Amino acid sequence: MRTLIFRTAAPYLTALMLLLSIFVLLRGHNEPGGGFIGGLIAVSAFAIHGIAFGVHQVRRTMYFHPMAISGFGLLLAVLAGLVSLPAGAPLLTGLWVSPTVGGITLDLSTVLLFDIGVYLVVVGSITSIALALEGREEP
Amino acid sequence: MGTGAQSLTLLALLLPFLGAIIAPVLTRFLKHNAAWILALIPLWLFIHFAGFLETVAGGNSVSGGLDWVPSLGVRFSWYLDGLSLTFALLISGIGTLIVLYSGGYLKGHVQQGRFFSFILMFMGAMQGLVISDSFLMLFVFWELTSITSFLLIGFDHDREAARRAALQALIVTGLGGLSLLAGLLVIWGATGTQDLSTLLASGDAMRESPLYLLALVLVLGGAFTKSAQFPFHFWLPNAMQAPTPVSAYLHSATMVKAGVYLLMRLNPAFGETVAWETILPVFGGTTLIVGTHLANRHTDMNLMHAYTTVASLGLLVMLTGFGAEKAIEAAVLYLIAHSMFKGALFMVAGLIDHETGVRDIRRLGGIGRAMPLTFAAGLLAALSMGGLPLFFGFLAKEEIYAALGTGTPWATVLILVAIVGNALMFAVAFMVGLKPFIGKRGETPKKAHEGPPLLWTGPLVLGVSGMIGALLSEPAHALFSSPMASAVSGTAVEVHASTVPHIGLPLLLSLMTIALGVGFYLMQERMRDGVAGSLKAIGWGPDRGFDQAMRGLLRLSFRVTKIIQNGRLDIYLTVTFAMVALTLLLPMVIFDELPSMPDMPMLLPHEWTIVAIAVIGLGAMVYAKDRLTAIVSLGIQGLAVALLFMLFGAPDLSFTQFMIETLSVVILALVMTRLRLSPTDHRPAGEKAMDVTIAGACGLAFGLLLLKVTQIPFDDTLSQFFEAHSLAIAHGRNIVNVIIVDFRGLDTLGEIAVVMIAGLAILALIRVTTPPKQPVSAREGS
Amino acid sequence: METVFSILVGLFFAVGIYLILSKHVIRILLGIAIFSNAVNLLIFTSGRIVRSTAPIIPMGEQVLPAGAANPLPQALILTAIVISFSFFAFILVLAFRAYQEMGVDHTAGMRVAEPEGERLPPMGY
Repeated sequence: MRTLIFRTAAPYLTALMLLLSIFVLLRGHNEPGGGFIGGLIAVSAFAIHGIAFGVHQVRRTMYFHPMAISGFGLLLAVLAGLVSLPAGAPLLTGLWVSPTVGGITLDLSTVLLFDIGVYLVVVGSITSIALALEGREEP
Repeated sequence: MGTGAQSLTLLALLLPFLGAIIAPVLTRFLKHNAAWILALIPLWLFIHFAGFLETVAGGNSVSGGLDWVPSLGVRFSWYLDGLSLTFALLISGIGTLIVLYSGGYLKGHVQQGRFFSFILMFMGAMQGLVISDSFLMLFVFWELTSITSFLLIGFDHDREAARRAALQALIVTGLGGLSLLAGLLVIWGATGTQDLSTLLASGDAMRESPLYLLALVLVLGGAFTKSAQFPFHFWLPNAMQAPTPVSAYLHSATMVKAGVYLLMRLNPAFGETVAWETILPVFGGTTLIVGTHLANRHTDMNLMHAYTTVASLGLLVMLTGFGAEKAIEAAVLYLIAHSMFKGALFMVAGLIDHETGVRDIRRLGGIGRAMPLTFAAGLLAALSMGGLPLFFGFLAKEEIYAALGTGTPWATVLILVAIVGNALMFAVAFMVGLKPFIGKRGETPKKAHEGPPLLWTGPLVLGVSGMIGALLSEPAHALFSSPMASAVSGTAVEVHASTVPHIGLPLLLSLMTIALGVGFYLMQERMRDGVAGSLKAIGWGPDRGFDQAMRGLLRLSFRVTKIIQNGRLDIYLTVTFAMVALTLLLPMVIFDELPSMPDMPMLLPHEWTIVAIAVIGLGAMVYAKDRLTAIVSLGIQGLAVALLFMLFGAPDLSFTQFMIETLSVVILALVMTRLRLSPTDHRPAGEKAMDVTIAGACGLAFGLLLLKVTQIPFDDTLSQFFEAHSLAIAHGRNIVNVIIVDFRGLDTLGEIAVVMIAGLAILALIRVTTPPKQPVSAREGS
Repeated sequence: METVFSILVGLFFAVGIYLILSKHVIRILLGIAIFSNAVNLLIFTSGRIVRSTAPIIPMGEQVLPAGAANPLPQALILTAIVISFSFFAFILVLAFRAYQEMGVDHTAGMRVAEPEGERLPPMGY
């Protein structure tokens, strides 16, 4: 698979897919998309990268260990759920703020934070699985 | 009962368990001296319960409790009348002495703290048992005594004999406990009551119930196993594997008396029937004779005590079931007397063992001068056990003969049983309470000398109180015997037995007993050989039967396990899926719930195409001859599913399915390239046919189920809720995503945790390297 | 429409179970993958099917358009897909490792935990 065309195209493809995955994640609340789908797109991006340049390169690109990313995602999701407790609402109740930054109103919420957590867990865990399986080829 | 006293009683119930928690810590700092502090717990219980004496002696009862499961009417409640109170005082009183005694007996033992902990737990369980009012609480404490006695008997768990004895006690009494539970449930069903106090007040309700006999047999199953009635007596002597304080406590006033307690407690509701007055005396009498004979066979003091305990329990059961007020009085007096003298004798035996290293009465002699206090305690207890005047045991024996001396043939038989039994017990009493201390000095491993105060306090107190109780018989009867006898018989009873002998039949019988007992004592050697000879001739006993039963059980369970858990995945799977097909299909056929004939499906051409792709993918999977075909066809059917989701209004699902199928194919390809596995099927035709049948039946079942489900009206309450509130309160337009991250957020949290755990598990699986089974070179070659 | 789906789901189950019943690890794995698709389709169909209207409230509207798909089964299935993938990957690796350790690819040969000819346990206490 390590053809010249593929290896040339792969970085751009990976970058585009990662961007797409974040886009899908963020629009998930109102359009098709969300943490699970976004996460899977990102996994595919890393998988393509891995097929083109090898597992080692992907691990360097990701910088953190995939399981660490996954763990951070789970932590984020739990924290997003805990935020509602001091506010007097039950666990995992969605809270919303709408600050205006430079004239644009942003709808921020714990729900979004939770979805980012889901995204990170999916990215971390499944990339880790894929890399572990691919990585068996290499010494 | 005031709230103060109520909460104090609740505290009294809990305190031994709290003591059990702190005991190990306390023992770590204070060593054996922790006994002085821990003994304060039973002492306080004793004082607390003694505070009720006046009320109870006046013919009243004390009760209280908390609601436990109010919706079911289950209460955590207690009930103190003469019977409970006397038992509570015996348990806490002797408990105090036992805690002190075990402080000295196990001095320096590594696990002394654990021992204190166990014995306090046991005390708490026993205490709870005798003052329980609700059936449930009674049963819980009953089983708790079984479990804690298991811990105590198996205290020296590095010896196999101790482990066996502990397990035996647990199994025998635990099975009895289950029988008791069943009996209590039958009583509940028959009378509608679930506490003892209402049952006792219910008059003839139980006796007239058609379930009476069933309830009686089940309850007796519990009582007879606990109180070691023949043929369930064998666990009790084996339980002598426990340290002596345990035996002294369990077999004098507590554990084994629980069965007698239960019988006495239920006497007002169950007694005075033909069944009751036949079964109890027959079993009790047999146990008395068997127990005394076996006691005379042994020379180990602990075993002799164990068998006389069995015998005494038989006597108590016999008296309880005799069915006259006098007999009840006799049982009550004997129970109190026995608790004191047996506790003392056990402790004396332990003390002798502790100081001389010998428990065999043939090797002991003349140590009375070296151990005067022990001698005094042992002799006082033996005199009471032998039933000589001036001692509490005498009162009991007089009362026994007075009760049985009615002249009927049945009573005469029982009187003979009682005389022989008592005479044999008399002989044993002096073999252990007198013989070791007098005569020629025997050779012992340790030089005999008096033990420390922690050890002799207990037996001496009990021995002396056996005498005081008899000398001050009037107040003793007023406070203990009369209220207890009243509670057992269900009507007001006054006990009048005193230590002044009255000329009459009872005295004559007493004299006969003593004469016979002296005779037995003098010819002990010959009796021992006789009993041993006849036992050898029988050759089989319930103790060996227990071993055989346990081995049989082990073999049976091994066989059953081999059939059910045969270790073959294909059989497990075949059975599972065959059951799935049956459970889905059978009800549909039997209850005529098959779906009606559907209309001709109306699909658009492109939809038909996708369905066809899915079917082709599935077909290719089944017939795939190599791994590439299999992987590709897996991808095809997955893709078809993704497209179906897309066409029928589920874009999110479609994306996800598409990504997942791609990844599945990728990782499957990665693994398969290295597995070099052929997916071709090599099953024989017969097996294949069966698999096709089962799989086909399952497919048919799921298809029919789904068809039926879609034919009945759809309840969309939940969906409507999500649709209505998605935008309004969760600010999201994509309802699927809102459900995932908001409405059902906790589920999603759990699910991503699962995903992560799966990832970790896979990493671990890949990284784990098992140590090579063959030499390294051979592994590299493969 | 539900009729076609019911038949299709039945077919998915039949093929999945047929593969699971075979004794070869790889075929069992493939069977499990099909089995999870079958379950997902079962849930999807039992929530009733409509054509091509996703359960998304259009911009500017306050309620779903009439005839939109049922969102609830979709939410259930979406997470189920991801989880069954993790599970699939796990048993795939498990089978792979088992093959590496034991050198067999059929379940009848995998008898480490429950070996054949097991002896009676010791008869002591």
